[in-house]
Order: sequence, then structure tokens, then C-alpha cells
Amino acid sequence: MILTIIIFYLASVLTLGILSHRFFRNTGEDYFVASRNINWFMLLMSLFGTNMTAFSILGASGEAYHRGIGVFALMASSSAIIVPCVFFFVGTRLWRIGKQFGYMTQVQYFRDRWESQGLGLLIFIVLVLLLIPYLLIGVMGGGDTLNKITQNSIPKWVGGLLICAVVLCYVTYSGMRGTAWVNTFQTLIFMILGGLTFVVILYRMGGFSNALSQVDSGLLMQSDHVKPLELLTYICIPISVGMFPHIFSHFLTAKDVSTFKYPIILYPICIAIVWIPSVLLGILGNVEFPGLKGPEVNSVLIQMIRHYAPGILSGFLGAGVFAAIMSSLDSQTLSLGSMFTHDIVRPYLRNRGQEQMSERQQVWIGRLFVISIISITYIISLIATSSIFKLAIWSFTGFTGLFPIVVAALFWKRSTKFGVYSSIFSVIVLWLYFFLSYWKTPGYTVGGTGIMPVAVIIVVSSITLILVSLLTKPPSLETVDKYFNLID
Amino acid sequence: MKTSLRWVLYCLLVVLLILHNDYWLWKTPDIVLGLPIGLLYHVIYCVAASLLMFFLVKYAWREK
Repeated sequence: MILTIIIFYLASVLTLGILSHRFFRNTGEDYFVASRNINWFMLLMSLFGTNMTAFSILGASGEAYHRGIGVFALMASSSAIIVPCVFFFVGTRLWRIGKQFGYMTQVQYFRDRWESQGLGLLIFIVLVLLLIPYLLIGVMGGGDTLNKITQNSIPKWVGGLLICAVVLCYVTYSGMRGTAWVNTFQTLIFMILGGLTFVVILYRMGGFSNALSQVDSGLLMQSDHVKPLELLTYICIPISVGMFPHIFSHFLTAKDVSTFKYPIILYPICIAIVWIPSVLLGILGNVEFPGLKGPEVNSVLIQMIRHYAPGILSGFLGAGVFAAIMSSLDSQTLSLGSMFTHDIVRPYLRNRGQEQMSERQQVWIGRLFVISIISITYIISLIATSSIFKLAIWSFTGFTGLFPIVVAALFWKRSTKFGVYSSIFSVIVLWLYFFLSYWKTPGYTVGGTGIMPVAVIIVVSSITLILVSLLTKPPSLETVDKYFNLID
Repeated sequence: MKTSLRWVLYCLLVVLLILHNDYWLWKTPDIVLGLPIGLLYHVIYCVAASLLMFFLVKYAWREK
């Protein structure tokens, strides 16, 4: 029954993705940014679905199992205020610049903004390196979930293969439009199924009040499990959304700038809808299954469902988790395909004095990269160890550290390429230092104070960018005017 | 008028960011309206964020 539901779900996703191909215009702009013609509802669902990974469903419950309600403040309400602000102040401006100059990737903008091919290449490398672990955990998480839901009857490699095969088909065939359609469907699925799961489990536990009365009071307040400075500095993590390549691609799909209005207003509500059930079920799981340790904790939601609602609901949960994973994986692979096409192949051909690629060539090269990226990700997922999950969590810290770059590009005329170079190097050095510290000491915070390393990284990278920019030669007035006349 | 209102909204945004740190509820496990008060606070916080975004979009939208 579980497998039937999941296969039915995957077939629906595939059908929808393939149907969207009917509107395909066979141009690079259509393949990578859906001809910049997506409406507000699909933009909201795409942005939200892309940001919600399997961690939002399984990881949040696992964290809440140990740390209680504080997880909602750390991860959910911080995103509810920061992410719409990034859309409001940064996303709308990036959309205008992308539309005006025909950009498809962040690197194209940064390279032209600071008149430096080398800087573009460095940013490309850093973004790709930060995104790869993020892709891997999606594929590995999918295999793991299916394995646990079916009580080990389906090997992990089958789940990962199913996810990769479906994403490969609709992303390769239909590009960004297929991705946006499918993301809308999948986001609705995991929001509805999450709510349904929550209601059924509470009902079978004898009602919410009854269930909550059995919870250890330490999990119902923040003081026992969250340090004050951790709460203060954790708010830096969601800033990473401003540098995600896949979110940048989604910004560019908007029909016009007013398309951003409803996504900005409704994003915090979507956050609450998904995270309240995840956090509360994690806390209630502590009552039902005390003593879980290590990776077992992330399966607390699966255990709750197996215990209270086996059968159909387990299948629905599997579909919901697959939805969360695929709605991120598709956008990430497509944005990587776009980056390889526009940031590597096109400049390379231009440097060799060859003519620009035709629209058809752009689409096919993009497709080949998408196929390669998904295939390589799947192969690595078969050999990677679960420690990759630690690395992936640190992706967010890296993207946040790079955020001052996009702020400088949009708001500070005096910023220079050397300022940006030095800012990136400061992020690399600090990221490596803090990551190694965390590897040795899980739960590491700066000096044990609760200060998240991400806060130090973003402060240092901002200061470095400012100081070095002031000491070096700014870009030409012509370049600065080109961008600032547009957005001032 | 619109410029001053925009700055008022930006100030409110800063206030809301500060209010994210609800240290005054730090050690309170009470249940209010069926939810732990610390969680209820942050759920209301999400609604407040949405409301503020509504006003920002309505009165501080720079794009024409």
C-alpha cells in the first residue's frame, strides 16, 4: 500500500512535469527562467517549496525531540521575518536587473557589475561547492525515508534512484516551467499532508491537551535547550536565501515586479503552517519514544506515524517527504545546469572567438548538464557516508557569509572587485576554521557562548568587503551608472 | 508623506527583529490557548511578520 501511494504520487509529478512541456518555447530563456512569466501563486509555491527541504519535515521534528519549542524560534519564525525581507529588498531589485540585462545567473551579474571574469569564476566555484552537499542530502534523505517507512524492505539506493529518475525526466524535458508547475503541486501536497498527519496523530493520542500534558516541561520552554546568544545570532542563517543560486533563478521567473507582493506577504504564514506540526510532533515523539539517539532522532516522525497511523498515512508521509526533497532538488539541479551553461560554456566560447550559442544549443547544453549533475549526485550518494549531513548544514553558513556581496552589488556604488575577492577569501578561511571546530565538537558555538559561527563570518566578510573596497579602485562610472540608474 | 511612512515601517521592522528574542518568556512553560506560551508567541510573531510585510508592500513599494 505504501509503495503504491508513493509510485502513484511520483507518476502524478512526472505527468504534470511532462504536460508543462506543451507550453515550451524552445529558447534558453524559456528553459532556464520560464520566459519570466510565472504568476504570484506559482512564485510563492516555488520559492517556499524550494526552501523547504526534508529537514523541514523530518529534521525539525528530530531537533524538537531534543530541544523542544525553541526549535520553532530558531528555525521557523526567524525565517518568517528574514526571508520575506530578502525578497522585498534584494529579490525585487535582482529581478529588475535580470530582466533588463537578460541575466540567467548570479555570476553573470557579479562579473559585469565588478568588471572581472576572474571574480565571476571564483564565485561560480564557491557556489557550486556549497550546493553539492545540499543536493546529496536530498537524494540520500529520500532513500533513507523510503527505507524506514517500508521497514527496510526497500533498499536505500532504490529511493534515491526513484527521486533522481523522476526529477531528471521533468527537469530535462520541461526546464523551469515544469519545475515551477511541479513545485506548486508538491508544495501544496506537503503542506496538506503535513496538516493531515498532525490531526490524525493528535486524534489517536487522545487530543492535543492530553498529549501535551505528558510532555516534560523543559521541552515547553526555551531556557533548558537554547542559549540566549544562540537565538540572537541564529537569525543570520536564513539570510543565506539571498545567495542561493536556485532562489535567484526563481526570482527571475516572475512575470513582473508586482508578482513578488503576495509571496512576500504570505511567506511567513506558509512557514507557520509547515513548522507548527513538525515541531509539535517532534516534542510529542519524546513522550512516545524516549531515549532516541543519533540519526535515529530524525526518524521520530516516521516512528510516530508507524505507531499511530500505519498504512495509508505512512504512504502519504513518504509522498510528502519526497515532495519536499524533489521541490528543492529540481530547482538546484536546474540552476547548476544554468550556471555551467552561462558561466562556463558561453564565456569559454566567447573567449575562443566563436559565435554565440543558438537558443536551441543553450537548451541542449543545459539539459546535458542537468543529466550529468543528477547522475553524478546519485553515484556519489551511493558511496557518501551520513557525515555528509553535517557538511550540508554548513552550506547555509557559507551562503550567508557571501550575502554581503549581493548587498554591495545592489546598494553600494563604491564596492570593488578586490573588496569582494577579499570578502570571499575571509569566508573561506573562517568557514574552514569553524567547520573543523564543529567537526571536533558537535554543537560548537564560538567560545561556548552560544554565538553561532555564521554571525562572526558575516560580520568579518562585511568589514573586509568595506575596508578593502575603500582602499582599491572602484569600477568605471559607466558600469556603476548602468546598474544604479536602473534601481535607484 | 510616503517617504516618512516608509521609514516608520523600516523602524517597525527593526523593532520586530528585536522582538524575536523573547527572553521574557524564557523560563515559562505555561499553556495558553492550548499551546506552550513560548510557541504561541512565535506563531503570533509569524502573523505579525506577515502583517508588516503587507504594509511594506502597500506603502513602501519602491518599484513602479
